[in-house]
Parts: sequence; structure tokens; C-alpha cells
Amino acid sequence: MSDATVISARQKRSVWSRLPVVHQLRQSIGLQRGMLVAGLVITTLFVLTAIFAPVLAPYGFSQLRDADGAFGAQQPPGGAHPLGTTVSGYDVLSRVLWGAQTALFVIIVAVLLSIFAGVFLGLVSGYFGGWLDRILVVVSDAVYAFPSLLLAIVMSIVISGGKSNLIGGVLAAAISITVVFIPQYFRVIRAETVRIKAEAYVESARVLGAGSGRIMFRHVFRNATRTLPLIFTLNSSEAILTLAGLGFLGFGIEPTAASEWGYDLNKALSDVTSGIWWTSLFPGLAIVLVVLGITLVGESLNDLADPRLRGRRAVGQSAGIVAQTSVVPGGTLVAGPGGLGGLEGTATHPTEGLEDRP
Amino acid sequence: MTDVLTITDLGISFATDAGAVRAVDGVTLRVAPGEVLAIVGESGSGKTVTAKTILGLLPETATASGAVILSSKDGSSESNVIALSTAQLRQVRGTDVSMVFQEPSTALNPVFTVGWQIMEGIRAHGQFSRKEARKKAIEILGRVGIPDAETRVDYYPHQFSGGQKQRVVIAMALVLDPGLIVADEPTTALDVTVQAEILDLLRRCRDEFGTAIVLITHNMGVVADLADRVAVMYQGKVVEEADAQTLFRSPQNDYTKKLLAAVPHVGQGVVHAAARATARAAGWEQQAPVVVADQLRIEYPGRLGRSGFTAVDGVSFLIRPGEVLGLVGESGSGKTTIGRAIAGLTRVTGGSLTVMGHEMNGFKERAFRKFRSDIGFVFQDPASSFNPLLTIADCVAEPLVVHGRAKNAAHARPRVNELLEAVQLPRAYGDRYPHELSGGQRQRASLARALALEPPLLIADEPTSALDVSVQARVLELFAELQREFGFAALFISHDLAVVDLVADRIAVLYRGKLVEEGTSAEVLGAPKDPYTQRLLASLPVPDPAEQALRREGLRRLREAG
Repeated sequence: MSDATVISARQKRSVWSRLPVVHQLRQSIGLQRGMLVAGLVITTLFVLTAIFAPVLAPYGFSQLRDADGAFGAQQPPGGAHPLGTTVSGYDVLSRVLWGAQTALFVIIVAVLLSIFAGVFLGLVSGYFGGWLDRILVVVSDAVYAFPSLLLAIVMSIVISGGKSNLIGGVLAAAISITVVFIPQYFRVIRAETVRIKAEAYVESARVLGAGSGRIMFRHVFRNATRTLPLIFTLNSSEAILTLAGLGFLGFGIEPTAASEWGYDLNKALSDVTSGIWWTSLFPGLAIVLVVLGITLVGESLNDLADPRLRGRRAVGQSAGIVAQTSVVPGGTLVAGPGGLGGLEGTATHPTEGLEDRP
Repeated sequence: MTDVLTITDLGISFATDAGAVRAVDGVTLRVAPGEVLAIVGESGSGKTVTAKTILGLLPETATASGAVILSSKDGSSESNVIALSTAQLRQVRGTDVSMVFQEPSTALNPVFTVGWQIMEGIRAHGQFSRKEARKKAIEILGRVGIPDAETRVDYYPHQFSGGQKQRVVIAMALVLDPGLIVADEPTTALDVTVQAEILDLLRRCRDEFGTAIVLITHNMGVVADLADRVAVMYQGKVVEEADAQTLFRSPQNDYTKKLLAAVPHVGQGVVHAAARATARAAGWEQQAPVVVADQLRIEYPGRLGRSGFTAVDGVSFLIRPGEVLGLVGESGSGKTTIGRAIAGLTRVTGGSLTVMGHEMNGFKERAFRKFRSDIGFVFQDPASSFNPLLTIADCVAEPLVVHGRAKNAAHARPRVNELLEAVQLPRAYGDRYPHELSGGQRQRASLARALALEPPLLIADEPTSALDVSVQARVLELFAELQREFGFAALFISHDLAVVDLVADRIAVLYRGKLVEEGTSAEVLGAPKDPYTQRLLASLPVPDPAEQALRREGLRRLREAG
């Protein structure tokens, strides 16, 4: 193998197949691949629905009437309203489609806010240690001790008094979720930072005389944030559940401000006993599907990141090539910097695979 | 009498992310009763995988072909390990074949007493009452040389030293009197003096219990000390198989010859050291030393209410410009602590340590930072001393960027290329990531990084102990060559006397935080005065069976005298 092909092979890998999800998709097989693909399909559908909700939905989320007059309350599915209408007279299909937009918006805001704060606090706390670390750990433990929904309720009351418009409502929901998630990111990043701080390459940077800021951001930061995509996906599904929970308990967004699945479920409660199934089934299904999709992605990424859980193709009896072990033993050093032909030729070292870290 | 183990045409493949990898390829071996077969080879040669197959301990991702026929000690039954079911394997393990692991501290469960763990093995096979099992456990502990076995059978693993733990592990392996013991690097994790004792014990296993031993090791000295027959493995194949005497006297295969030539011997470096000493200018002795330690004391703080641990206790030495001081000692002797203290990674708690005229006792990080460009540091484990997300060129450029010699990694690239060539790595390797290099290549890159600022002082903390013998030889040669070229002073820390001998001008021997002997290599290795140094030197096995037998006798006399 010539040197040029080694390099180009590496670069090809670095551009396309080292992208987070693509890499895992190529790596996976069998059931794990099926789970990942199913999750990705559902999640993509969810995101597309959210983006194109204005085009897809037949009516607006707070529309009660069109040119033909009022929709009417609790209309069964069929005709102009394929999924029927709610007790307040909204179109169920439109509400469900618009709800995706709200959910995506809340996920993005909540996760962005909590990632930045959580990662920064975790990095600083883990790297410097001392009293700051101890205080932050105690605070995050205290937040952990609260049931997350209760905390979110308290936060939403504090932020918006419980009711608000679109921006306010979404932000209130997002920030209350953020408060619950910051300790999670904080803990993960802090633990990683404490581990990485003891690694030889950080010590080596210290020996070189690099400053704390440089060590923290050049050497620790990128190594500590490798697991973030996993927590990110798992937290996204939790964010949806928290949002729906808030809405269900009546702390969510007003129906005139935005469509929200949890709120619709709440309003559909009394319908269930009177045999009106369509008002609760479809928002509920939407929540289940989105949470399932995102969780599938998260869980399969989690499994694929761990070499012990990762499935591999079975090999035939004694198939494969023998791996090169080391450089030519005892070779002379007579060859100066110019005569490295032997070295380049024997360096068939794992350009991929064996020592590769996830 | 039939062989206890016959391996025929064994092939093992692993499923990895990069496709199938063949680890063992057509290996055929046999072990006679009471024989010690050593399988030697470098890391990745398939020796450990072969050994694990004998016990049916392959991971799920592995596929095996061929036959591994295991006979019981009395020759009454035979079984092919590869074809056995899990339940049948359990029958065979412990009674016909058992294993001694590399790391005794992880092979024992810390929450049970050693007696319980030995009895567990006994009671898994056959009907023994608690009392009988306990009696057997005490008996076997006594036989492997644990003093006062009746009391210590109820001790927990942490109450034993490393060498004693390995004795307990061997006792567990021996308790059911198997015909074969597989010992996977049984002495690698142990100090040299303890290693000699464990090797003695393994030899007694063979002589007293009549147990055959498959010894997996990379240390040619251990092979020469213990093995009857040797199989050399390279890239999954057995390239040479011969009895120990023949193999060391007249190796046939080219690989074996190179492997044997790469093993460092004590005494090789004395000539170089003498040549360097005579080449020095007249006034050299009067130059200001780079490092002066005077009654240096380093304590690690203890937990609340406990006294601290004294790692270094009143050590005095000095390193002059351009001189290599070898620091030798066993684990826990404080040698690494001294190296870290010089680099400012560990605080000095007593005495005085002057580095480049800067007092390290009570130093401030901010004041010391500008001196850091004068100190290079090479770490023990090349696998972890590079940031896995930066390319080799970025890593080597880091010191240049930090100390403002270059604006960023790209600007430093011409200098980085020079450095890579100085350590004999192709320029193109600068674009690779650390995991794409082998251990030896990484350690060379590590040298390049340490030398980037041409520091007058280099600290090398066990730079070759994680490397294979052949790679180690190259890195040591390179170190000596660079030292000649750049003329830096160096503190070379190692547990291996033979390695230190190759590069050092002077050698200092540490024992439990105290400096027991210091002098030129010729003085310390030729005529050691301190009894500890004598024992250390005598414990070091040499790769020559005949000479090793003589040395063993010498060590025995030394022990009896001491």
C-alpha cells in the first residue's frame, strides 16, 4: 500500500462516513440497524412535518371556521375533517400537524439552552475542582432530587404565571425543561472532564506550559463532548414528554398561541367516556410515535458506541487476513532521515478498525 | 505417556468493525506431561489467543477451527476443547487445565477471602464438605509458600502483597491438581525480585506436582529461566519451535534471530558510557548542574486523620548538562514521583529541588511556566499521551504554539517535519491521527514533541516499558542517537536495569523512596555495593538458559546469605 492511498483512504473516511449518524448507520447490522433505520425514518418524518406544517395542515391551528361557516364541535372523522374536530371546534388533523412544530421548537430551544450551560459548567467544575465544583455538584444533586415535572411546573409558573402567548409559552416550557436537563449535561461532562484531566495527554500539555484555558478547550473539551449526541437524543424524547405533561396539566400553551398535543389530550379527557375517540387518539399517537422514533435513534446510537454491545457480521471459519503486528524487528537505524523506504512500506497499521475509538 | 495437550492446525478469526481478522493461523503444538512450553512473540502475534483457546475462553466474536485435544492428568479421558459445550467445558476447567492470570490484583475478587475463593474452585468439582475444602485450601496455600497458611486463609486479597497474590492465584490453579496450567504473562505485572520468586514457584509446580505449563510471555529472560521448549509466534503462525537450549544457542528463523538480538543485556551500555565520558571536555565537571536534589522529600497527603505517604525520602542527586542519569527502582520506589516533581507535576514537600536554577519547593505555576520550555517529558504509555482528536503534526506543534515560537500548527509545520524526520518518521505521518500509528511510532512522535523546543533537560518516564522488545530496541537506539545529536541532559526512569544500562551515564537505584546506590553504570552494574542492588541485578533473568541457571544459583546463595 503506498503512502498516497493510505492518506486518501483516511480523508475519504473523514468526510462522509465519519459524520455522526452516517458512521453508525454503516457500522450497524441486523436488528440494531433495523432499530436505527426505523428511528431515523420516524424522526425525519417528524422534522419534515414540523417544517412543512403550514403547507400540510388543511387549516390553521386556531381556526374555528372557514368560508362554509363554523366547523362544529366533536364532529366525527370524515368529509372536510379527516380526523374530526375537537370539543372546542378545532380540526384535529391540523392541530396534530401544527403540534409537531411546537414540539420541535421546544426541543431545540430546551436542548440548546441546557447544552451550553451544562457543558460549560461541567467543564469548569471538573477541570478546576475545589469549592466551585463542590457547590455545583450539590446544587445539581438538589435539582435531581425533585421530580422533574414538578420542577417544570414551578418554573413555568415563575416564568409566565402559567399562561402566555406563543413565544412566551414555548420559552416557558423550554426553560422549565432546561432547568431539569442542565444537571444531566453538567454531570456527564464533569465526570468525563475529571477522567480526561488525569490522562497523559493533558498532563503532557501541562508539562509543555499550556495555560488552563487552552488545555480546557483544545484538549479536554472535544474529548469530553463525544457522548453528547447520545444524551442529546435521549433528552429530546424526554423534553417532548415533559412538554406534553405540562400541557396536560394545564401549564402549557394556550390553543390560540400554538398547537400543543398535551393540551389537546387534556381537553379530550371528558370525550373518552362519551365514546369520542378521535380527539384523544391522534395527539396521543403523535406523542408516542415521536418519542419512540427519537428513543430508537438514541438507544441504537448508545449500543453502537459500545464495542461490547455492537453486533458484527459473523465470520466464516478462520476467514480474514492476519493482522500485521509491528514494525520490522531490530531493523537498523543506519537509514538516516532520507532512507525511510523500509519504514513507509511496512507501516500497514490499522488505518481503520482495530484501535479505532467510537 | 500421551501428551497433555495437542493443538492441531488451529485457526482463529475475530469479527471486527473492519471485517474479519485472523489472529491465529494454522498453529500446531503439543505439550508433554511435566513439560514447560513457552510461547513467545510480540503483542498481536496471537499467543494469548492461542492460550485462551486451551481453556475455551474465546470471546463471542471469535471463530475457531482445527482441534485442541486436552488429556486429563492420568490419561483416562480426552476432549476436544473447541467442540465442547459450556457445561462440559466447566468440567474440564480446573480439573484438567487451569489458568494463571497476568494481573494478580484483578484476578482475585476483593470482597471474598482468598480461602473462600480457593474453596469455590474445589467445591465446583466433586463432593467436598466445607471442612475438607478448607483443609485442602490451607494445604495448597502452604505448598505455594504462603507462611502461616492457617491464619492467612481467612485474609482478604488486599492484605497480601503483589507477589503473594500471584502465589494465591497459582494456588487456585493448582488446587485440583490439573495436568496443565496456562500461565499468561504471569510475572509481567510484578517487580523483578518478586518475578524471580514466582518463577521459582512455577518451576516447583512442575517438579513437585508434575504439572505441565504453557507459559505465555514476551520476556526472553523468563523463557530462558523456566522453559523446556519454546515456540516463537509471529503474525499468528509458529515460526520456530525448539528446545530452549537449542533455540537460544542457534536460532534458525530470521525473526527469532532478530528478536533475540533485540533483547537488551546488562553490560552492553558500559562501553558507550565510557566512550561518552572520555569524550567530554575537561571542565565539564565544574559546569552548573541542570538538576540538583538535596534531601528531597515528597509526601502525598493522607486521608483525614491518617498520616501521609512518603514517596520520596531524603534523596540527593544531581544531573549535569548533557548527562543521562538512569533512575532504577521497583514499583512504589518513588522514581516516577521524582520525575514528576522535576516537571512540576507533583509538589515537593521537603528538602530542596533546583531545576535550571529554579527552586521547586513551594513553586508557583505562573512563575514556573516560562521554564517549562526547557523541560521535555516523554510519558510511559504512548497510547494515552496524545490527544486522540489532533493529528500527530498538531500534537508535535503544540509546544511551539504554546511558547509563541509559531502562530499556529500550520505555521509550525516545517519545523514539525524536521522533528519527525529527526525521530525517523515519514513527514506524511504528521497528517495521521495517533491511533493510526503503532506503539513504537507513537513513542517516537512523543520524543519529537518533547524535543520540539530543544530543551536542555528531558525526562523520560519508562518510555519503553509499554513497547515490544524489538520496538524497544529501536526506540532506545533512537534515544541514544538524539541525545548525541541534541546533547540534552536526561533523567531516564525505568524498572529495567538492562534498559537503563543501554542509555545512562550514571545510574541511581531507589528502594522504598531512598537512594541506595549511585554511580557510573560500570560501578553500579559491575560491582554493586548495596545488598538491594545486588539482589536486583541477580534477579534479572538473562536470555541464555545456561547462564541463567548459574545466575539462579547465585541469587539463591544471595538470598540465603541475606
